[in-house]
Amino acid sequence: MKTKLSGKIIVVGDNIDTDQIYPGRFLAITDPKEIGSHCLCGVDESIAANFPQGGIVVAGRNFGCGSSREHAPIALLNMGASAILADSFARIFFRNAVNLGLVPVICKGIRDKVKDGQTLTLDLEAGTVTVQETGEVLPCEKLGDQAMKILEAGGIKPLMRARFAKEEK
Amino acid sequence: MHALEKILARNSGRKTVHTGEIVTAKVDFAEINDLYLQTVYSFYEMGGEKVWDNERCAFVFDHYAPCPDIKSAQNHKEMRAFAQKNGLRFHFDTNCGVCHQVMPEAGVIYPGMIVVATDSHTTTHGAFGAMGTGCGATDMATILMTGELWFRVPEIIEVRLEGQAPEGVFPKDVILSVLGRIRADGAVYKAIDFTGSYIEQLNVAGRMTICNMAVEMGAKTAYMQPNEDVLNYVKERAVRPFEVQYTDPDFVYEESYVFDVSAMEPQLACPDSVENVHPLSEVTAKEDVMLNQGYIGSCTDGRVEDIAVAAKILRGHHIPEHTRLVVVPASREVMLACMEKGYIQDLMNAGATITTPGCGACLGAHEGILAPGEICITSTNRNFPGRMGSTEAHLYLASPATVAASMINGRITDPRKYL
Repeated sequence: MKTKLSGKIIVVGDNIDTDQIYPGRFLAITDPKEIGSHCLCGVDESIAANFPQGGIVVAGRNFGCGSSREHAPIALLNMGASAILADSFARIFFRNAVNLGLVPVICKGIRDKVKDGQTLTLDLEAGTVTVQETGEVLPCEKLGDQAMKILEAGGIKPLMRARFAKEEK
Repeated sequence: MHALEKILARNSGRKTVHTGEIVTAKVDFAEINDLYLQTVYSFYEMGGEKVWDNERCAFVFDHYAPCPDIKSAQNHKEMRAFAQKNGLRFHFDTNCGVCHQVMPEAGVIYPGMIVVATDSHTTTHGAFGAMGTGCGATDMATILMTGELWFRVPEIIEVRLEGQAPEGVFPKDVILSVLGRIRADGAVYKAIDFTGSYIEQLNVAGRMTICNMAVEMGAKTAYMQPNEDVLNYVKERAVRPFEVQYTDPDFVYEESYVFDVSAMEPQLACPDSVENVHPLSEVTAKEDVMLNQGYIGSCTDGRVEDIAVAAKILRGHHIPEHTRLVVVPASREVMLACMEKGYIQDLMNAGATITTPGCGACLGAHEGILAPGEICITSTNRNFPGRMGSTEAHLYLASPATVAASMINGRITDPRKYL
Protein backbone atom coordinates (compact mmCIF):
# COMPACT_ATOMS: atom_id res chain seq x y z
CA MET A 1 0.00 0.00 0.00
CA LYS A 2 1.15 3.54 -0.74
CA THR A 3 1.84 5.35 2.50
CA LYS A 4 1.89 8.71 0.73
CA LEU A 5 -1.18 10.01 -1.08
CA SER A 6 -1.44 13.25 -3.02
CA GLY A 7 -4.54 14.81 -4.47
CA LYS A 8 -6.58 17.89 -5.11
CA ILE A 9 -9.14 18.62 -2.42
CA ILE A 10 -12.71 19.66 -1.98
CA VAL A 11 -13.82 21.08 1.36
CA VAL A 12 -17.18 20.27 2.97
CA GLY A 13 -18.78 21.05 6.35
CA ASP A 14 -19.56 19.49 9.76
CA ASN A 15 -21.90 16.52 10.29
CA ILE A 16 -21.88 15.50 6.61
CA ASP A 17 -24.10 12.48 7.11
CA THR A 18 -24.52 9.50 4.82
CA ASP A 19 -27.76 10.95 3.45
CA GLN A 20 -25.77 13.89 2.12
CA ILE A 21 -23.00 11.62 0.86
CA TYR A 22 -25.46 9.21 -0.73
CA PRO A 23 -29.21 9.98 -0.47
CA GLY A 24 -31.73 7.29 0.41
CA ARG A 25 -33.50 7.54 -2.93
CA PHE A 26 -30.50 5.93 -4.70
CA LEU A 27 -29.98 3.03 -2.29
CA ALA A 28 -31.36 0.32 -4.56
CA ILE A 29 -28.56 0.96 -7.08
CA THR A 30 -25.83 -1.69 -7.03
CA ASP A 31 -23.52 -0.65 -9.91
CA PRO A 32 -20.47 0.99 -8.24
CA LYS A 33 -19.84 3.50 -11.07
CA GLU A 34 -23.44 4.65 -10.97
CA ILE A 35 -23.27 4.88 -7.18
CA GLY A 36 -20.17 7.08 -7.56
CA SER A 37 -21.96 9.43 -9.93
CA HIS A 38 -24.36 10.49 -7.12
CA CYS A 39 -21.66 11.03 -4.50
CA LEU A 40 -22.13 14.04 -2.21
CA CYS A 41 -25.15 15.17 -4.20
CA GLY A 42 -26.85 16.02 -0.92
CA VAL A 43 -24.18 18.71 -0.50
CA ASP A 44 -23.88 19.83 -4.12
CA GLU A 45 -25.04 17.92 -7.19
CA SER A 46 -22.06 19.12 -9.26
CA ILE A 47 -19.35 17.62 -7.01
CA ALA A 48 -19.16 14.07 -8.39
CA ALA A 49 -18.92 15.01 -12.09
CA ASN A 50 -16.06 17.43 -11.44
CA PHE A 51 -14.16 15.48 -8.79
CA PRO A 52 -10.44 14.97 -9.58
CA GLN A 53 -9.26 11.33 -9.76
CA GLY A 54 -7.34 10.47 -6.60
CA GLY A 55 -8.74 13.58 -4.93
CA ILE A 56 -9.14 14.09 -1.21
CA VAL A 57 -12.27 15.20 0.66
CA VAL A 58 -11.64 17.55 3.59
CA ALA A 59 -14.41 17.82 6.19
CA GLY A 60 -15.23 19.14 9.64
CA ARG A 61 -16.43 17.07 12.56
CA ASN A 62 -18.41 13.80 12.51
CA PHE A 63 -18.00 12.98 8.80
CA GLY A 64 -20.14 10.01 7.73
CA CYS A 65 -22.59 10.14 10.63
CA GLY A 66 -26.04 8.67 10.19
CA SER A 67 -26.89 5.46 8.41
CA SER A 68 -24.54 2.47 8.20
CA ARG A 69 -24.88 2.33 4.41
CA GLU A 70 -21.72 1.11 2.71
CA HIS A 71 -22.90 3.00 -0.36
CA ALA A 72 -21.23 6.06 1.22
CA PRO A 73 -17.61 4.87 0.96
CA ILE A 74 -18.42 2.99 -2.28
CA ALA A 75 -19.66 6.31 -3.72
CA LEU A 76 -16.59 8.22 -2.53
CA LEU A 77 -14.19 5.61 -3.95
CA ASN A 78 -15.97 5.43 -7.28
CA MET A 79 -16.16 9.19 -7.54
CA GLY A 80 -12.35 9.00 -7.42
CA ALA A 81 -11.58 9.88 -3.78
CA SER A 82 -8.51 8.27 -2.22
CA ALA A 83 -8.74 9.68 1.30
CA ILE A 84 -10.91 11.72 3.66
CA LEU A 85 -9.39 14.14 6.16
CA ALA A 86 -11.70 15.35 8.91
CA ASP A 87 -11.87 16.59 12.50
CA SER A 88 -13.63 13.33 13.40
CA PHE A 89 -15.45 10.40 11.79
CA ALA A 90 -18.57 8.48 12.68
CA ARG A 91 -17.63 4.98 13.73
CA ILE A 92 -19.47 2.85 11.17
CA PHE A 93 -18.33 5.04 8.28
CA PHE A 94 -14.74 4.73 9.52
CA ARG A 95 -14.95 0.91 9.55
CA ASN A 96 -16.66 0.77 6.16
CA ALA A 97 -14.04 3.07 4.62
CA VAL A 98 -11.10 1.05 5.93
CA ASN A 99 -12.74 -2.22 4.86
CA LEU A 100 -13.01 -0.94 1.30
CA GLY A 101 -9.56 0.65 1.13
CA LEU A 102 -10.61 4.30 1.43
CA VAL A 103 -8.24 6.06 3.84
CA PRO A 104 -9.98 8.05 6.66
CA VAL A 105 -7.56 10.19 8.69
CA ILE A 106 -8.31 12.48 11.61
CA CYS A 107 -6.70 15.87 11.08
CA LYS A 108 -8.11 18.33 13.59
CA GLY A 109 -8.76 21.85 12.35
CA ILE A 110 -7.67 21.14 8.76
CA ARG A 111 -10.83 22.57 7.22
CA ASP A 112 -9.92 26.10 8.29
CA LYS A 113 -6.38 25.83 6.93
CA VAL A 114 -7.01 24.72 3.35
CA LYS A 115 -9.04 25.82 0.32
CA ASP A 116 -10.97 24.06 -2.43
CA GLY A 117 -8.69 23.08 -5.30
CA GLN A 118 -5.43 23.00 -3.33
CA THR A 119 -3.27 19.87 -3.45
CA LEU A 120 -2.44 17.98 -0.27
CA THR A 121 0.07 15.21 0.39
CA LEU A 122 -0.88 12.82 3.17
CA ASP A 123 1.98 10.86 4.76
CA LEU A 124 0.44 8.01 6.75
CA GLU A 125 3.75 6.92 8.29
CA ALA A 126 4.84 10.37 9.42
CA GLY A 127 1.33 11.48 10.41
CA THR A 128 1.50 14.69 8.41
CA VAL A 129 -0.42 16.58 5.74
CA THR A 130 1.51 18.97 3.48
CA VAL A 131 -0.23 21.77 1.60
CA GLN A 132 1.59 21.86 -1.73
CA GLU A 133 0.74 25.50 -2.56
CA THR A 134 2.04 26.95 0.73
CA GLY A 135 4.42 24.27 1.95
CA GLU A 136 2.63 24.25 5.30
CA VAL A 137 2.88 20.94 7.17
CA LEU A 138 -0.04 19.98 9.41
CA PRO A 139 -0.04 17.12 11.93
CA CYS A 140 -2.64 14.36 11.60
CA GLU A 141 -3.41 11.26 13.65
CA LYS A 142 -1.84 7.97 12.66
CA LEU A 143 -4.15 5.06 11.93
CA GLY A 144 -4.34 2.21 14.45
CA ASP A 145 -2.67 -1.17 13.81
CA GLN A 146 -5.93 -2.93 12.97
CA ALA A 147 -6.91 -0.29 10.39
CA MET A 148 -3.39 -0.31 8.89
CA LYS A 149 -3.41 -4.11 8.65
CA ILE A 150 -6.65 -4.00 6.65
CA LEU A 151 -5.55 -1.08 4.44
CA GLU A 152 -2.17 -2.69 3.75
CA ALA A 153 -3.96 -5.82 2.54
CA GLY A 154 -5.98 -3.63 0.16
CA GLY A 155 -9.14 -3.86 2.26
CA ILE A 156 -10.96 -6.57 4.20
CA LYS A 157 -11.85 -8.60 1.12
CA PRO A 158 -8.29 -9.68 0.16
CA LEU A 159 -7.62 -10.32 3.85
CA MET A 160 -10.62 -12.65 4.16
CA ARG A 161 -9.91 -14.34 0.85
CA ALA A 162 -6.39 -15.12 2.04
CA ARG A 163 -7.69 -16.39 5.38
CA PHE A 164 -10.29 -18.69 3.82
CA ALA A 165 -7.91 -19.98 1.16
CA LYS A 166 -5.51 -20.91 3.99
CA GLU A 167 -8.24 -22.61 6.03
CA GLU A 168 -9.28 -24.71 3.07
CA LYS A 169 -5.74 -26.04 2.63
CA MET B 1 -16.02 -4.42 34.65
CA HIS B 2 -19.08 -2.94 33.00
CA ALA B 3 -21.85 -5.29 31.85
CA LEU B 4 -20.91 -4.46 28.24
CA GLU B 5 -17.27 -5.39 28.90
CA LYS B 6 -18.43 -8.67 30.42
CA ILE B 7 -20.47 -9.36 27.29
CA LEU B 8 -17.46 -8.60 25.08
CA ALA B 9 -15.15 -10.68 27.30
CA ARG B 10 -17.45 -13.71 27.35
CA ASN B 11 -18.00 -13.65 23.59
CA SER B 12 -14.28 -13.32 22.91
CA GLY B 13 -13.32 -16.14 25.27
CA ARG B 14 -11.52 -13.92 27.78
CA LYS B 15 -11.84 -13.25 31.47
CA THR B 16 -11.40 -9.51 31.12
CA VAL B 17 -11.17 -6.83 28.45
CA HIS B 18 -9.70 -3.34 28.66
CA THR B 19 -10.73 -0.06 27.04
CA GLY B 20 -9.05 0.44 23.69
CA GLU B 21 -8.16 -3.23 23.20
CA ILE B 22 -9.13 -4.91 19.93
CA VAL B 23 -10.99 -8.17 20.53
CA THR B 24 -12.56 -10.65 18.16
CA ALA B 25 -15.95 -11.59 19.54
CA LYS B 26 -18.61 -14.10 18.58
CA VAL B 27 -21.80 -12.57 17.25
CA ASP B 28 -24.97 -14.11 18.72
CA PHE B 29 -27.28 -12.77 16.03
CA ALA B 30 -26.62 -10.98 12.75
CA GLU B 31 -29.26 -9.15 10.75
CA ILE B 32 -29.11 -7.82 7.22
CA ASN B 33 -31.71 -5.37 5.99
CA ASP B 34 -32.79 -4.93 2.41
CA LEU B 35 -30.48 -2.00 1.61
CA TYR B 36 -27.56 -4.42 1.81
CA LEU B 37 -27.50 -6.74 -1.16
CA GLN B 38 -23.82 -5.77 -1.17
CA THR B 39 -23.47 -8.13 1.82
CA VAL B 40 -24.30 -11.07 -0.44
CA TYR B 41 -21.93 -9.78 -3.14
CA SER B 42 -19.10 -9.24 -0.63
CA PHE B 43 -19.76 -12.71 0.86
CA TYR B 44 -19.16 -14.39 -2.49
CA GLU B 45 -16.30 -12.04 -3.46
CA MET B 46 -14.47 -13.14 -0.30
CA GLY B 47 -14.98 -16.82 -1.03
CA GLY B 48 -17.99 -17.46 1.21
CA GLU B 49 -20.08 -20.53 0.50
CA LYS B 50 -22.51 -21.13 3.39
CA VAL B 51 -23.32 -18.90 6.37
CA TRP B 52 -21.64 -19.95 9.61
CA ASP B 53 -24.90 -20.74 11.41
CA ASN B 54 -28.31 -20.68 9.75
CA GLU B 55 -30.12 -20.07 13.05
CA ARG B 56 -28.18 -16.95 13.95
CA CYS B 57 -28.69 -14.68 10.98
CA ALA B 58 -31.66 -13.29 9.10
CA PHE B 59 -32.76 -10.81 6.49
CA VAL B 60 -35.40 -8.20 7.31
CA PHE B 61 -37.05 -6.55 4.32
CA ASP B 62 -38.07 -3.28 5.93
CA HIS B 63 -36.68 -0.36 3.94
CA TYR B 64 -38.53 -1.33 0.75
CA ALA B 65 -41.68 -2.93 2.16
CA PRO B 66 -43.25 -3.56 -0.28
CA CYS B 67 -40.93 -2.74 -3.18
CA PRO B 68 -41.44 0.67 -4.80
CA ASP B 69 -39.44 -0.08 -7.97
CA ILE B 70 -37.84 -2.75 -10.12
CA LYS B 71 -34.34 -2.31 -8.68
CA SER B 72 -35.43 -2.92 -5.09
CA ALA B 73 -37.58 -5.85 -6.24
CA GLN B 74 -34.52 -7.38 -7.90
CA ASN B 75 -32.49 -6.82 -4.71
CA HIS B 76 -35.16 -8.60 -2.64
CA LYS B 77 -35.22 -11.44 -5.16
CA GLU B 78 -31.47 -12.00 -4.84
CA MET B 79 -31.55 -11.77 -1.04
CA ARG B 80 -34.49 -14.18 -0.83
CA ALA B 81 -32.55 -16.64 -2.97
CA PHE B 82 -29.56 -16.37 -0.60
CA ALA B 83 -31.82 -16.92 2.43
CA GLN B 84 -33.39 -19.98 0.82
CA LYS B 85 -30.07 -21.43 -0.32
CA ASN B 86 -28.70 -21.12 3.20
CA GLY B 87 -31.86 -22.46 4.84
CA LEU B 88 -32.10 -19.51 7.22
CA ARG B 89 -34.41 -20.37 10.14
CA PHE B 90 -35.59 -16.77 10.50
CA HIS B 91 -36.74 -14.71 7.55
CA PHE B 92 -38.68 -11.47 7.77
CA ASP B 93 -40.16 -10.54 4.42
CA THR B 94 -42.06 -7.37 3.45
CA ASN B 95 -45.02 -8.23 5.71
CA CYS B 96 -43.15 -7.93 9.03
CA GLY B 97 -41.90 -4.44 9.87
CA VAL B 98 -38.75 -2.58 10.96
CA CYS B 99 -35.86 -4.85 11.90
CA HIS B 100 -35.33 -3.35 15.37
CA GLN B 101 -38.96 -4.04 16.22
CA VAL B 102 -39.39 -7.46 14.63
CA MET B 103 -36.19 -8.96 16.08
CA PRO B 104 -37.20 -8.45 19.73
CA GLU B 105 -40.74 -9.58 18.88
CA ALA B 106 -39.33 -12.77 17.37
CA GLY B 107 -37.28 -13.45 20.50
CA VAL B 108 -33.85 -13.27 18.89
CA ILE B 109 -32.88 -10.34 21.15
CA TYR B 110 -32.20 -11.01 24.84
CA PRO B 111 -29.96 -9.73 27.64
CA GLY B 112 -26.23 -10.48 27.55
CA MET B 113 -25.98 -11.09 23.80
CA ILE B 114 -24.17 -9.37 20.95
CA VAL B 115 -26.36 -8.42 18.00
CA VAL B 116 -24.82 -6.84 14.91
CA ALA B 117 -26.96 -5.53 12.07
CA THR B 118 -26.40 -3.58 8.89
CA ASP B 119 -28.19 -0.63 10.42
CA SER B 120 -26.92 2.21 12.55
CA HIS B 121 -29.93 2.03 14.87
CA THR B 122 -28.86 -1.37 16.21
CA THR B 123 -28.00 0.52 19.43
CA THR B 124 -31.76 0.08 20.12
CA HIS B 125 -31.15 -3.34 21.67
CA GLY B 126 -29.36 -1.88 24.66
CA ALA B 127 -32.94 -1.51 25.88
CA PHE B 128 -32.86 -5.28 26.53
CA GLY B 129 -29.42 -5.39 28.17
CA ALA B 130 -27.89 -6.62 24.91
CA MET B 131 -24.90 -5.16 23.08
CA GLY B 132 -26.18 -4.00 19.72
CA THR B 133 -24.08 -2.26 17.11
CA GLY B 134 -24.31 -1.42 13.43
CA CYS B 135 -21.92 -2.30 10.63
CA GLY B 136 -21.66 -2.03 6.86
CA ALA B 137 -22.25 -4.63 4.19
CA THR B 138 -18.74 -6.05 3.97
CA ASP B 139 -18.21 -6.25 7.74
CA MET B 140 -21.51 -8.15 7.79
CA ALA B 141 -20.27 -10.52 5.10
CA THR B 142 -17.25 -11.36 7.27
CA ILE B 143 -19.66 -12.17 10.12
CA LEU B 144 -21.74 -14.44 7.86
CA MET B 145 -18.51 -16.29 6.96
CA THR B 146 -16.95 -16.53 10.42
CA GLY B 147 -19.60 -15.80 13.07
CA GLU B 148 -17.34 -13.16 14.58
CA LEU B 149 -16.23 -9.55 14.25
CA TRP B 150 -13.39 -7.43 15.61
CA PHE B 151 -14.34 -4.73 18.09
CA ARG B 152 -12.44 -2.01 19.86
CA VAL B 153 -13.47 -2.13 23.53
CA PRO B 154 -15.16 1.26 23.88
CA GLU B 155 -14.94 3.93 26.53
CA ILE B 156 -18.23 3.91 28.44
CA ILE B 157 -20.01 7.08 29.45
CA GLU B 158 -22.97 7.30 31.80
CA VAL B 159 -26.09 9.28 31.05
CA ARG B 160 -27.97 9.35 34.32
CA LEU B 161 -31.63 10.28 34.02
CA GLU B 162 -33.27 11.01 37.35
CA GLY B 163 -36.85 11.81 38.31
CA GLN B 164 -40.26 11.33 36.77
CA ALA B 165 -41.26 12.84 33.44
CA PRO B 166 -43.89 15.60 33.70
CA GLU B 167 -47.06 15.11 31.64
CA GLY B 168 -46.37 15.75 27.97
CA VAL B 169 -42.69 14.79 28.23
CA PHE B 170 -42.04 11.51 26.46
CA PRO B 171 -38.90 9.36 26.03
CA LYS B 172 -38.27 11.14 22.71
CA ASP B 173 -38.19 14.51 24.50
CA VAL B 174 -35.78 13.06 27.04
CA ILE B 175 -33.34 11.71 24.45
CA LEU B 176 -33.55 14.94 22.40
CA SER B 177 -32.63 16.88 25.56
CA VAL B 178 -29.64 14.58 26.04
CA LEU B 179 -28.64 14.91 22.38
CA GLY B 180 -28.81 18.69 22.53
CA ARG B 181 -26.25 18.67 25.33
CA ILE B 182 -23.93 15.83 24.29
CA ARG B 183 -24.11 16.82 20.58
CA ALA B 184 -24.03 14.69 17.42
CA ASP B 185 -20.42 13.58 17.92
CA GLY B 186 -20.22 13.64 21.73
CA ALA B 187 -20.13 9.85 22.02
CA VAL B 188 -18.31 8.80 18.83
CA TYR B 189 -16.68 5.35 19.28
CA LYS B 190 -18.05 5.23 22.85
CA ALA B 191 -20.80 3.28 24.60
CA ILE B 192 -23.57 5.03 26.51
CA ASP B 193 -25.01 3.46 29.64
CA PHE B 194 -28.36 5.02 30.50
CA THR B 195 -28.96 4.82 34.26
CA GLY B 196 -31.04 6.53 36.93
CA SER B 197 -34.51 6.31 38.43
CA TYR B 198 -36.24 7.38 35.19
CA ILE B 199 -34.68 4.45 33.28
CA GLU B 200 -35.29 1.97 36.09
CA GLN B 201 -39.06 2.45 35.79
CA LEU B 202 -39.22 2.97 32.02
CA ASN B 203 -41.17 0.50 29.84
CA VAL B 204 -39.73 -1.46 26.90
CA ALA B 205 -40.99 0.96 24.24
CA GLY B 206 -39.53 4.02 25.95
CA ARG B 207 -36.21 2.27 26.54
CA MET B 208 -36.02 1.37 22.87
CA THR B 209 -36.66 5.00 21.83
CA ILE B 210 -33.81 6.25 24.00
CA CYS B 211 -31.25 3.56 23.07
CA ASN B 212 -32.24 3.93 19.41
CA MET B 213 -31.07 7.53 19.31
CA ALA B 214 -27.77 6.88 21.10
CA VAL B 215 -26.26 6.50 17.64
CA GLU B 216 -27.25 10.08 16.83
CA MET B 217 -24.54 11.06 19.32
CA GLY B 218 -22.13 8.75 17.51
CA ALA B 219 -22.33 5.95 20.08
CA LYS B 220 -21.07 2.50 19.16
CA THR B 221 -23.63 0.91 21.44
CA ALA B 222 -26.05 1.69 24.24
CA TYR B 223 -26.92 -0.16 27.41
CA MET B 224 -29.62 -0.20 30.07
CA GLN B 225 -29.71 -2.65 32.95
CA PRO B 226 -32.82 -4.80 32.29
CA ASN B 227 -35.76 -4.09 34.59
CA GLU B 228 -38.83 -6.21 35.31
CA ASP B 229 -40.67 -4.96 32.24
CA VAL B 230 -37.79 -6.05 30.00
CA LEU B 231 -37.42 -9.44 31.69
CA ASN B 232 -41.15 -10.14 31.34
CA TYR B 233 -40.93 -9.22 27.65
CA VAL B 234 -37.93 -11.42 26.85
CA LYS B 235 -38.99 -14.38 29.01
CA GLU B 236 -42.10 -14.77 26.89
CA ARG B 237 -40.16 -14.62 23.64
CA ALA B 238 -36.46 -15.50 23.86
CA VAL B 239 -35.49 -18.37 21.56
CA ARG B 240 -32.41 -19.21 23.67
CA PRO B 241 -31.53 -19.26 27.35
CA PHE B 242 -29.82 -16.04 28.41
CA GLU B 243 -27.79 -14.55 31.20
CA VAL B 244 -28.21 -10.95 32.37
CA GLN B 245 -24.87 -9.19 32.92
CA TYR B 246 -24.36 -6.68 35.72
CA THR B 247 -21.89 -3.82 36.04
CA ASP B 248 -19.50 -4.15 38.99
CA PRO B 249 -20.10 -1.56 41.73
CA ASP B 250 -16.51 -0.28 41.45
CA PHE B 251 -16.74 0.41 37.69
CA VAL B 252 -15.64 3.94 36.77
CA TYR B 253 -17.28 5.69 33.80
CA GLU B 254 -15.16 7.80 31.49
CA GLU B 255 -17.63 10.59 32.07
CA SER B 256 -21.08 11.02 33.65
CA TYR B 257 -23.81 13.37 32.53
CA VAL B 258 -26.75 13.88 34.90
CA PHE B 259 -30.19 15.08 33.80
CA ASP B 260 -33.25 15.97 35.85
CA VAL B 261 -36.12 14.56 33.80
CA SER B 262 -38.73 16.14 36.08
CA ALA B 263 -37.60 19.60 34.89
CA MET B 264 -37.81 18.78 31.16
CA GLU B 265 -40.40 20.01 28.67
CA PRO B 266 -41.32 18.90 25.11
CA GLN B 267 -38.36 19.28 22.74
CA LEU B 268 -37.74 19.73 19.04
CA ALA B 269 -34.67 19.00 16.96
CA CYS B 270 -34.95 21.84 14.45
CA PRO B 271 -33.74 21.81 10.83
CA ASP B 272 -31.29 20.59 9.64
CA SER B 273 -29.38 18.73 12.33
CA VAL B 274 -30.20 16.29 15.14
CA GLU B 275 -28.20 18.39 17.60
CA ASN B 276 -30.14 21.59 16.88
CA VAL B 277 -32.39 20.90 19.89
CA HIS B 278 -34.59 23.52 21.55
CA PRO B 279 -37.55 23.43 23.95
CA LEU B 280 -40.73 23.51 21.85
CA SER B 281 -42.05 26.52 23.79
CA GLU B 282 -38.97 28.54 22.81
CA VAL B 283 -39.39 27.72 19.11
CA THR B 284 -43.12 28.49 18.97
CA ALA B 285 -42.67 31.74 20.95
CA LYS B 286 -40.39 32.98 18.17
CA GLU B 287 -42.30 31.78 15.15
CA ASP B 288 -45.46 30.01 14.08
CA VAL B 289 -44.18 26.96 12.20
CA MET B 290 -46.71 25.89 9.55
CA LEU B 291 -46.53 22.25 8.46
CA ASN B 292 -47.13 20.35 5.23
CA GLN B 293 -46.75 16.88 6.71
CA GLY B 294 -46.67 15.00 9.99
CA TYR B 295 -45.04 11.59 10.27
CA ILE B 296 -45.34 8.99 13.05
CA GLY B 297 -43.38 5.79 12.76
CA SER B 298 -39.90 4.17 12.50
CA CYS B 299 -37.70 2.13 14.81
CA THR B 300 -37.52 5.23 17.01
CA ASP B 301 -41.19 5.95 17.68
CA GLY B 302 -43.57 3.65 15.80
CA ARG B 303 -44.71 1.36 18.62
CA VAL B 304 -48.13 0.78 20.19
CA GLU B 305 -47.49 3.36 22.95
CA ASP B 306 -46.57 5.98 20.33
CA ILE B 307 -49.59 5.34 18.14
CA ALA B 308 -51.85 5.18 21.22
CA VAL B 309 -50.93 8.69 22.36
CA ALA B 310 -51.34 10.03 18.83
CA ALA B 311 -54.80 8.43 18.58
CA LYS B 312 -55.78 9.85 21.97
CA ILE B 313 -54.80 13.37 20.90
CA LEU B 314 -56.37 13.22 17.44
CA ARG B 315 -59.60 11.42 18.38
CA GLY B 316 -62.50 13.65 17.43
CA HIS B 317 -60.27 16.07 15.47
CA HIS B 318 -59.52 16.27 11.77
CA ILE B 319 -56.24 17.38 10.24
CA PRO B 320 -56.56 20.57 8.15
CA GLU B 321 -57.16 20.38 4.44
CA HIS B 322 -53.95 20.49 2.37
CA THR B 323 -51.86 18.89 5.14
CA ARG B 324 -51.19 15.19 5.54
CA LEU B 325 -50.30 12.85 8.38
CA VAL B 326 -48.51 9.60 7.57
CA VAL B 327 -48.58 6.88 10.23
CA VAL B 328 -46.35 3.82 9.82
CA PRO B 329 -46.66 1.15 12.53
CA ALA B 330 -43.22 -0.32 13.29
CA SER B 331 -44.38 -3.90 12.78
CA ARG B 332 -47.28 -6.17 11.91
CA GLU B 333 -47.64 -7.04 15.61
CA VAL B 334 -47.82 -3.32 16.44
CA MET B 335 -50.36 -2.68 13.70
CA LEU B 336 -52.58 -5.58 14.75
CA ALA B 337 -52.54 -4.41 18.37
CA CYS B 338 -53.38 -0.85 17.28
CA MET B 339 -56.25 -2.10 15.13
CA GLU B 340 -57.63 -4.15 17.98
CA LYS B 341 -57.59 -1.11 20.25
CA GLY B 342 -59.16 1.10 17.59
CA TYR B 343 -56.17 3.47 17.28
CA ILE B 344 -55.80 2.94 13.54
CA GLN B 345 -59.49 3.72 13.05
CA ASP B 346 -59.17 6.90 15.19
CA LEU B 347 -56.20 8.07 13.16
CA MET B 348 -57.82 7.28 9.82
CA ASN B 349 -60.96 9.14 10.91
CA ALA B 350 -58.73 12.11 11.74
CA GLY B 351 -57.42 12.06 8.18
CA ALA B 352 -54.19 10.06 8.59
CA THR B 353 -52.68 7.91 5.84
CA ILE B 354 -51.63 4.52 7.23
CA THR B 355 -48.87 2.69 5.34
CA THR B 356 -47.28 -0.77 5.51
CA PRO B 357 -45.20 -1.51 8.60
CA GLY B 358 -41.56 -0.77 7.75
CA CYS B 359 -39.11 2.11 7.48
CA GLY B 360 -41.35 4.06 5.10
CA ALA B 361 -40.28 7.63 4.38
CA CYS B 362 -37.95 7.93 7.39
CA LEU B 363 -34.93 7.59 5.11
CA GLY B 364 -36.52 9.03 2.00
CA ALA B 365 -37.05 5.73 0.19
CA HIS B 366 -40.82 5.93 -0.38
CA GLU B 367 -44.28 6.48 1.16
CA GLY B 368 -44.23 10.10 2.27
CA ILE B 369 -41.39 11.88 0.43
CA LEU B 370 -41.19 15.68 0.71
CA ALA B 371 -41.01 18.27 -2.08
CA PRO B 372 -38.66 21.30 -2.04
CA GLY B 373 -39.75 23.92 0.48
CA GLU B 374 -42.02 21.58 2.47
CA ILE B 375 -41.92 21.36 6.26
CA CYS B 376 -42.53 18.11 8.14
CA ILE B 377 -42.71 17.27 11.84
CA THR B 378 -41.69 13.69 12.46
CA SER B 379 -41.22 11.17 15.26
CA THR B 380 -38.24 9.62 13.42
CA ASN B 381 -34.54 9.90 14.17
CA ARG B 382 -32.73 12.15 11.66
CA ASN B 383 -33.37 15.53 10.08
CA PHE B 384 -30.27 16.09 7.97
CA PRO B 385 -30.83 17.70 4.54
CA GLY B 386 -32.51 15.29 2.13
CA ARG B 387 -33.31 12.67 4.76
CA MET B 388 -37.00 12.47 3.78
CA GLY B 389 -36.77 13.58 0.16
CA SER B 390 -35.75 16.99 -1.18
CA THR B 391 -32.64 18.59 0.32
CA GLU B 392 -34.71 21.79 0.36
CA ALA B 393 -37.39 20.26 2.62
CA HIS B 394 -37.02 20.75 6.37
CA LEU B 395 -37.66 18.35 9.23
CA TYR B 396 -38.46 18.90 12.90
CA LEU B 397 -37.94 15.85 15.12
CA ALA B 398 -40.42 15.48 17.99
CA SER B 399 -42.34 12.99 20.11
CA PRO B 400 -45.39 11.26 18.57
CA ALA B 401 -47.58 13.32 20.93
CA THR B 402 -46.11 16.58 19.61
CA VAL B 403 -46.55 15.40 16.02
CA ALA B 404 -50.20 14.52 16.69
CA ALA B 405 -50.96 17.79 18.50
CA SER B 406 -49.28 19.72 15.67
CA MET B 407 -51.55 18.05 13.14
CA ILE B 408 -54.72 19.43 14.74
CA ASN B 409 -54.08 22.92 13.36
CA GLY B 410 -51.23 22.20 10.96
CA ARG B 411 -48.67 24.15 13.01
CA ILE B 412 -46.15 23.09 15.63
CA THR B 413 -48.13 22.78 18.86
CA ASP B 414 -47.39 21.89 22.48
CA PRO B 415 -49.05 18.50 23.16
CA ARG B 416 -49.69 19.31 26.82
CA LYS B 417 -52.89 21.19 26.05
CA TYR B 418 -54.38 18.06 24.45
CA LEU B 419 -53.45 15.42 27.03
